[in-house]
Amino acid sequence: MNDKAELSNASASASMKLIPSGDKKWIILGLIIFVGLFTFPIWYNMLKCSAPIQPVVLSAKAKAAGYCVLPKSEMVSAHMQILDEWRDIVVREGERTYTSPSGKIFTMSLSNTCLDCHNNQAEFCDRCHQYASVKTYCMDCHVNPSKSLKENMQ
Amino acid sequence: MKNFLISLVAIAALWLIPYFAANVAVLKLLIAVIIPYAAVVIFLVGFIYKVIDWSKSAVPFRIPTTAGQQKSLPWIKANNIDNPFTKMGVIIRMLLEVLAFRSLFRNTTMSVSETEHGKRLAYKTEIFLWIGAMAFHYCFLVVVLRHLRFFLDPVPACVQLVEFFDGLMRVEFFSSVFSIGLPGIMMSGLILLAAAIFLLGRRLFNAKVKYISLMADYFPLQLIIAIAISGIFMRHFFKVDLTAVKQLSMGLATFSPVIPTNVGSIFYIHIFLVSMLVMYIPFSKLMHMAGVFLSPTRNLTADTRMNRHINPWNHDVKTHNYDEYEDEFREVMKNAGLRVEKE
Amino acid sequence: MKPDELFRTEHQPPETEWTETPAEIKKGYYCYASNPKSVEHLDLPHARAWNPLEEDWKLPENWQEIFLNGFRERLTKFRTLKIFMDICVRCGACADKCHFFIGTGDPKNMPVLRAELLRSIYRNDFTTAGKLLGKLGGGRKLTVKVLKELWYYLFQCSECRRCSVYCPYGIDTAEITMLGRELMNLIGLNIDWIATPIANCYRTGNHLGLEPHAITDAMEFFTEDIEDIVGYDCKPAVFEEKADILFITPSGDLFADPGTFTAMGYLMLFEYLKREYDLKVTWSTYASEGGNFGLFTSNEVMKRLNAKMYAEAKRLGVKWILGGECGHMWRVINQYMTTMNGPANFLEEPVNPITGTKFENARANKMVHITEFTADLIKNNKLKLDPSRNDNVRMTFHDSCNPSRGMGLLEEPRYVIKSVCNHFYEMPANTIREHTFCCGGGSGLNAGECEELRMAGGLPRANAVKYVNEKYGVNTLGTICAIDRAVLTETMNYWVPGVEVAGIHELVGNALIMPDEKKRTKNLRMEPLPGMEEEESNE
Repeated sequence: MNDKAELSNASASASMKLIPSGDKKWIILGLIIFVGLFTFPIWYNMLKCSAPIQPVVLSAKAKAAGYCVLPKSEMVSAHMQILDEWRDIVVREGERTYTSPSGKIFTMSLSNTCLDCHNNQAEFCDRCHQYASVKTYCMDCHVNPSKSLKENMQ
Repeated sequence: MKNFLISLVAIAALWLIPYFAANVAVLKLLIAVIIPYAAVVIFLVGFIYKVIDWSKSAVPFRIPTTAGQQKSLPWIKANNIDNPFTKMGVIIRMLLEVLAFRSLFRNTTMSVSETEHGKRLAYKTEIFLWIGAMAFHYCFLVVVLRHLRFFLDPVPACVQLVEFFDGLMRVEFFSSVFSIGLPGIMMSGLILLAAAIFLLGRRLFNAKVKYISLMADYFPLQLIIAIAISGIFMRHFFKVDLTAVKQLSMGLATFSPVIPTNVGSIFYIHIFLVSMLVMYIPFSKLMHMAGVFLSPTRNLTADTRMNRHINPWNHDVKTHNYDEYEDEFREVMKNAGLRVEKE
Repeated sequence: MKPDELFRTEHQPPETEWTETPAEIKKGYYCYASNPKSVEHLDLPHARAWNPLEEDWKLPENWQEIFLNGFRERLTKFRTLKIFMDICVRCGACADKCHFFIGTGDPKNMPVLRAELLRSIYRNDFTTAGKLLGKLGGGRKLTVKVLKELWYYLFQCSECRRCSVYCPYGIDTAEITMLGRELMNLIGLNIDWIATPIANCYRTGNHLGLEPHAITDAMEFFTEDIEDIVGYDCKPAVFEEKADILFITPSGDLFADPGTFTAMGYLMLFEYLKREYDLKVTWSTYASEGGNFGLFTSNEVMKRLNAKMYAEAKRLGVKWILGGECGHMWRVINQYMTTMNGPANFLEEPVNPITGTKFENARANKMVHITEFTADLIKNNKLKLDPSRNDNVRMTFHDSCNPSRGMGLLEEPRYVIKSVCNHFYEMPANTIREHTFCCGGGSGLNAGECEELRMAGGLPRANAVKYVNEKYGVNTLGTICAIDRAVLTETMNYWVPGVEVAGIHELVGNALIMPDEKKRTKNLRMEPLPGMEEEESNE
């Protein structure tokens, strides 16, 4: 069958552009691009040689306290929601006292309560946040008591 | 309706399997590691096999659907996009087809109305299918791009940018039952869900579309809806430890999987459903994602009078030549005063 | 049936699923089975007498095997088939684009469902998912019932490609129908309105089976009328060796009104060009068919019939070929001919010797459409025209399916019309150009016995004509297709009485100021020209 196609190829006039019906090379190229894109994470991570995530460091104060607003597992996955709710209650309703399910009483304040214990932002907040690519904007407004005034202004 | 319900039962089963399995350590390994790997392998092998299989079929003729003026006389403006006579025209046509669903954009709807002169047919532009399809596909793309943050470390700025724009719309809602505020909502997820529900709704409430719908039409839509719901639930209602999730996904991407400990079953549901979708693609109509590039009525130049297209299996056929014709009709030809070759 | 009864307003599918709703072959909607002699004449398989209305179709014993093997073979020979079987998402965008669905309200005439009839067999026998899931996966076993249903609906598609314009993946039901009909052909399920014309065409050179003298007789009849109109004989050349151009047009125009008036227009144009510019155009009775019903049978028959065009041009030693006004003829010439029967290196790249225009778009194929040719002549002021002779005509133009969606010949005929006719009105935009509706009788469905189907299918076109008829007083529907001229005449009588159908070159013939002509008082239909009514009656 191929011979025949070639035969008619050869007999065609030079002025005429012949179009081969084999478009396989384009299809293969398309497949390579597709597979390349699909497996992008594999070779990206290989090239970047990313180090495994550094474990979160609890400050001495936090360690000493031994408890947080909610149990640790809930704090890990839902701290952003608590902060958000606290902000809402404090700003809109002027209420500043929070009673946890375990009966402990906290002042709803990021700077004075949370950051009082977790006074190591780089080793505590940022490690996970950078890893999971979640931007925080807490410090856009709030003061971090562990930092100097100048650092806070930046 | 039967097809819809059978498919729905299948989806429910796919939801419940990981829900229960997430409590058993061995099955966790299966759902979080083995099945995702299997899904990717099946997807890639199946996808490549299908496309190669298509490429093995010949393109004997050049039969583009010409939807515009041909190239003919120099003073007639040719439409090189809808009736492409150059490669560039084909590329633009294909780009518009793939990126903007151009053919679907032409969609009209027919209606019959009674007028003072009697019954009349009318055709109106019907844009909603196009809007639904565009919203669905582009949101799907954004959702996929956003999820790259789980598979790349460090996360590139472009992925963060996608997420930034996706999260521009802020919603805060607090109640004793649930709250939405942080993490912020992602528009793509909600629009994807809405568009998929719209597309499913068409299949249920548009009599014509309902009539043509098979289980293979309901299943992928329901599956994608289930995936979107599980994802939205995980983000807003049953939050999981993202660091642990990323450790798993990074482990998968670097071939050193670790099974996370304290991650809720919603995550297992989500990753299981996604694995099912990925695995299902090569065997289904979802292969249109590759097929659209290969459709011979769109991806060929409409220049068959200018350039000869070669049919790889062009074979000789029996024809009735002039001599045979003259032999049969020589006498009547002569009587009619027509020239003959042999007297 | 009265038009008002045939005008269906219901397009609601039945409650039962389509796979469970058996097809009922209805009178008026199917075509008679082929005469076995016609099938035999071309050595096509399994010639026999059979009747679609009877229970027993006298299928060959191993018909399933033949069908499925043929299917498998075509899946590798035609990428279209494989892709179109695999990627439809059943979005339904094509559903109400089909004139047969609009007209009949039969859900299996939705293009997607017509394709699903074949796709269900494909899924069952050729896909993994279909084999695993069976009925649940939308597969159907190839039973006699399924085959009959498929046959019935493959012959309710006119291969017009309208659905493929709207399909997001360009799925072309015409292609599916063509290949489906090839499979039918393999087990001898042809229809007579296609099989007999192809047998005729193979033997006599044209679908109508006109033998050489019948063609010259018809031409004599035309030249007598023309002599009556312009005052001299316009006898055409036939079999003229070394003529400049070989002219091939559908034989239907030699046979029945109003196509005959178009044929007279050609004769006048060629006489004009001979007298003014010494252009030699020749006809042939061997290659006396522009159309190609092989397109509706199988790729092989298409090629066998098409071969005569190049063969005759080569034998006569002409420079290039000019093709007349015909629809599916141009689908074959434009998209198949060069591939099938080319390269035509024995012909020259077409140049209009009068204007010097190079038809670059036909440089490999060497065939020029007559409206391209005439438009070029008019644009270069090579024809003396008096459009006022067509002032009685209020014209609209019906784009034929194949020249629009298989070629893109949209502006050329419009330019010619506007040059020869003062009153031209377009139908609504959704019904013309690439959106045009089929006449309802394309792809071999102009048989007398399927008239009801054809009238139903012609409704969308007629409805648009009615619109311009009421709005602008349009009284003439112009077409560049011989099947249109036959079908739409009947369709207009049924749906929009008072609208005539005319070929474009009929109007050209009327407007053309022939050299040394006598005072023109009559048009090609032998009716008085506008303003000549009195002189006519004095005569």
